[in-house]
Amino acid sequence: MLAWTIYLSFLGAAMAALAPKDRPTIARWIALTTSVLGLGIGLAGILHQTNRSALQTIVDVPWIPAIHARYLLAADGISLTLVLLTGIAAVAGILFSWNITHRANQFFAFYLTLIGGVYGVFLSFDAFLFFVFYEIAIIPKYFLVAIWGSTNKEYGAMKLALYSFVGSALVLVGLIATYAHAGSPTFSLLELARQPLPTSFQVWVFPLVFVGFAILAGLWPFHTWAPTGHVAAPTAASMLLAGVVMKLGAYGALRVAMPLFPEGLAAWRDPLALLSVIGILAGAGIALIQKDFKFVVGYSSVSHMGFVLLGLMTLSVTGLSGAVLQMFSHGIIASLLFAVVGRMIYDRAHTRELSALESLQLSRALPFAAITFVLASLASMGLPGFSGFVAELQVLMGAWKTFPLYAALAGIGILIGVAYTLRVLVKAFFGQSNGTIEAATHENYAPISIPERIGALLLLGTSLLVGIYPRVLLDLILPSFETPLMKPLLKGAGL
Amino acid sequence: MNYMELLGALAPEAIVVLTALVALAVDLLVLRQAPQNARQVVAVSITAVGILAAIIALSVAAPSPPWMDGLLINHSTTAFLKQTLLVLALVAGILSIQSRFTQHTGEYVTLLLLSTVGMMLLVSSDNLLLMFVALELTSLPLYVLTAFNKESPSSSEASLKYFLIGSLSAACLLFGISLLYGLSGGITWTQLATTLRAGSEPIVYLALILTLIGFAFKVAAAPFHLWAPDVYQGAPTPVAAFIASGSKIASFYMFARIFMAALPGTAGSAAWSGATPGWVPLVAALAVVSMILGNVAAIAQRSVKRLLAYSAIGHAGYALLAILSNTEQGMGSLLYYVVTYAVTAMGAFAVVNVIERDVQAPNGESLTDFAGLSRRSPLLSLCLLVFVLSLAGIPPLAGFFGKFYIFIATAQSGTSQGLIWLVMLAIGTSAISLYYYLQILKQVYVVESVGQPTPVQLRPAESACIVAMACTVLILGCAPNWLINRFSPNSTEVRRAGVITKPSTTLELAAEIHPRITAPLGTATGLVQKRPQFETTTANAQ
Repeated sequence: MLAWTIYLSFLGAAMAALAPKDRPTIARWIALTTSVLGLGIGLAGILHQTNRSALQTIVDVPWIPAIHARYLLAADGISLTLVLLTGIAAVAGILFSWNITHRANQFFAFYLTLIGGVYGVFLSFDAFLFFVFYEIAIIPKYFLVAIWGSTNKEYGAMKLALYSFVGSALVLVGLIATYAHAGSPTFSLLELARQPLPTSFQVWVFPLVFVGFAILAGLWPFHTWAPTGHVAAPTAASMLLAGVVMKLGAYGALRVAMPLFPEGLAAWRDPLALLSVIGILAGAGIALIQKDFKFVVGYSSVSHMGFVLLGLMTLSVTGLSGAVLQMFSHGIIASLLFAVVGRMIYDRAHTRELSALESLQLSRALPFAAITFVLASLASMGLPGFSGFVAELQVLMGAWKTFPLYAALAGIGILIGVAYTLRVLVKAFFGQSNGTIEAATHENYAPISIPERIGALLLLGTSLLVGIYPRVLLDLILPSFETPLMKPLLKGAGL
Repeated sequence: MNYMELLGALAPEAIVVLTALVALAVDLLVLRQAPQNARQVVAVSITAVGILAAIIALSVAAPSPPWMDGLLINHSTTAFLKQTLLVLALVAGILSIQSRFTQHTGEYVTLLLLSTVGMMLLVSSDNLLLMFVALELTSLPLYVLTAFNKESPSSSEASLKYFLIGSLSAACLLFGISLLYGLSGGITWTQLATTLRAGSEPIVYLALILTLIGFAFKVAAAPFHLWAPDVYQGAPTPVAAFIASGSKIASFYMFARIFMAALPGTAGSAAWSGATPGWVPLVAALAVVSMILGNVAAIAQRSVKRLLAYSAIGHAGYALLAILSNTEQGMGSLLYYVVTYAVTAMGAFAVVNVIERDVQAPNGESLTDFAGLSRRSPLLSLCLLVFVLSLAGIPPLAGFFGKFYIFIATAQSGTSQGLIWLVMLAIGTSAISLYYYLQILKQVYVVESVGQPTPVQLRPAESACIVAMACTVLILGCAPNWLINRFSPNSTEVRRAGVITKPSTTLELAAEIHPRITAPLGTATGLVQKRPQFETTTANAQ
């Protein structure tokens, strides 16, 4: 049944494309219905998963026998968590793009194509199929940013597309080399993981595949697409980019690169952990001095994704499950932050310059936006009670055992995170009025609309729920490390 | 062999020739005074009927054994390729309806069909002589067709360039195959395969290089590509489309067959460490230069047709990888690739053709003429999106699987993945290519047209062709099996055609196909007797 998340999204994309172009309402409702159904199916899939430790096969049929590719969709707890994230982010993104009227049918068609590709990646257990969905997700991003974006949109869009494509090219080299090298040629992840590849081979292929994926996860120094892309993107696209697309990269690293090349992973573990910590610190440090509100959130994404990558490198159950939880948590929180910046503020004030926002005193004009952003900042800073806290704590705990120094540095990263979050919070919402604010400016702002409120509540509620009761996801995630694909990962760490 | 049997085997080609003559006669004798549009419609209708008949003749014909030691071979693969070529010719004909580049409709259609006959013969011969004749029959009408737009100086210039470089390369090819004949004493694949060995005589390499140059020109592989950008840009668009699609299929198939089947003993290796001389490293050099030059030079282009020309050079580089993999899987991937590429290129040119008619600029179209196309014709731009993304190799379109299949075949061939460096280079250049393909799509979808968008005029037949090709690209990408199975290496027909993997099996295969050839070889009589110095080589091989 979970496979229908993919098919429905593509179907919705086709329907939205065919919708009349001068009636945006129709396309909007098609998109909303499709994504809500997708979310519903994802939830139902989680509830129906009876045997939680097992890998649940959804579809498994031969696809292209000439290259031994199978149409193999399956799900474990990690996939389900990310499918749920995709569902929530997709619904929220549509709610926050309710005001799009310019070529709305095309907008939602590209949007749903992207969502369909993302669902496909999270559910594929055949490397070829995985790659197909991974690439399907590239092109819609380009158009979403290039057509509906703002600041420097064509540059940001092209950079985003080329970085993604170069990343997937690295992955492709690795996959083809692995296929040619495997004793019995196959693309099934489970079977590939079972075939031991020579260490010398793993040592050069692992970094290709891992970095190829991690480019999309914002691995320093390949993260530069993220801030420019996020800033250029329209609200819904930046929500998806930060909320879901960056997770594609981290998920690919966890699902394909790490289980297939355990010895390569062992050889490259330390340098990669170092890069993740640099990412945490650099992202946070740069966020501290940005002048554009959206750039702050963009760089904070790089910093938070550093936690995911650091968690992956711990190779312990605590760290890995923390990394998956952080993917979910950051997906929700970053979506919310981008929604506030891009939709609630920029669409009304038409500026994102912190110095300009400072004099606008938005907390009075847009109290709902202010409250949402305060709560989202708390979540982003990793305050207990929100999902970010549980996730980052787990990553730090996992890292403490293997990389104590890096764990300490990441802790400093959290402190810088508090600093830049408070800085933008104060500047954007609680700036000092110099008394010249005309009330008229505020009256011009449209009130926060119902879809925006629903979207904000959806995201905030999810983050709170996971923060207060993390077991709702951890019960899903933890058993996934018992599956034959993921279990050898933990052995590799010698734990 | 009697002539009735020969006529039966050549029935499809005969039908096409007859169609060409009928179309010419009708146009010249009956429709001389008729309006241009009616003449075009009649000519293309006659073509359509003839091509349909030829396609039916091909699909009902039973696979026949090779005639006269492979002078003419017919099996399911050649039949399928011929059908594809015929369909492409028909599309090229349909695209030229209503175009104003010529008054000579009858001659145009006739030349188009004659060139098609050349391509059809090219895919169904295992014989050097017929190969050369077919290649010339393919090329000569194309030279003329390129110059068909008499009002455009660039059309004549392109044609002259095409003709001069083409003749030069034909001379090289002829020289090369004459050396091959001299060395082996035979002109059929089996005769060549059983006698020629690497390292026996240095002149073998000269023969290989000259033959290679001839084919490199036909498939527009760098550095023998110089004609391509001018021809693609200067030739009437339907002609350029046919050169980019049909001619590519036929030439690549012959290219692969002559080297894989006729010259397996001189292959050599292009492995990163341990390369040995032969045609494989030469093809590898062509592939490397083509992939890099094609994809990098395409970035700088401002005319979509020129851009497609450079992209075609890059694509030729990928296809060359399939040839140098020198395996049955490589052959299968090559055919999948060139057939899907041909459909995609034809589709892209069809869209360009529409735009060109729409803008009527004196210097042809340019990238900016596509600005805002998505508002002017959503259908056309969606199809262009499919074609361009397929060329860029984005799944689930056919271009993606085509490349993937070639990369797999290349990576798996050779010992211990010695060719993986070529795959890496190919994937790298493919990543570059996304940039310029997105430049086209940026014009179509992102840039807004100046002023009020006016709908693009599309004729029903034309749009049906374009939509059908876009659907083909999508379906073949999602479900490649159907096409792959047509070229399955396990099918006996392909084996009989002489697609040979390992040199050691050559003689077994030769024995299977031509029992009477092996006898003279063993007893050092017959053909080999003329060249006694090869006797020992063959004996050893046996």
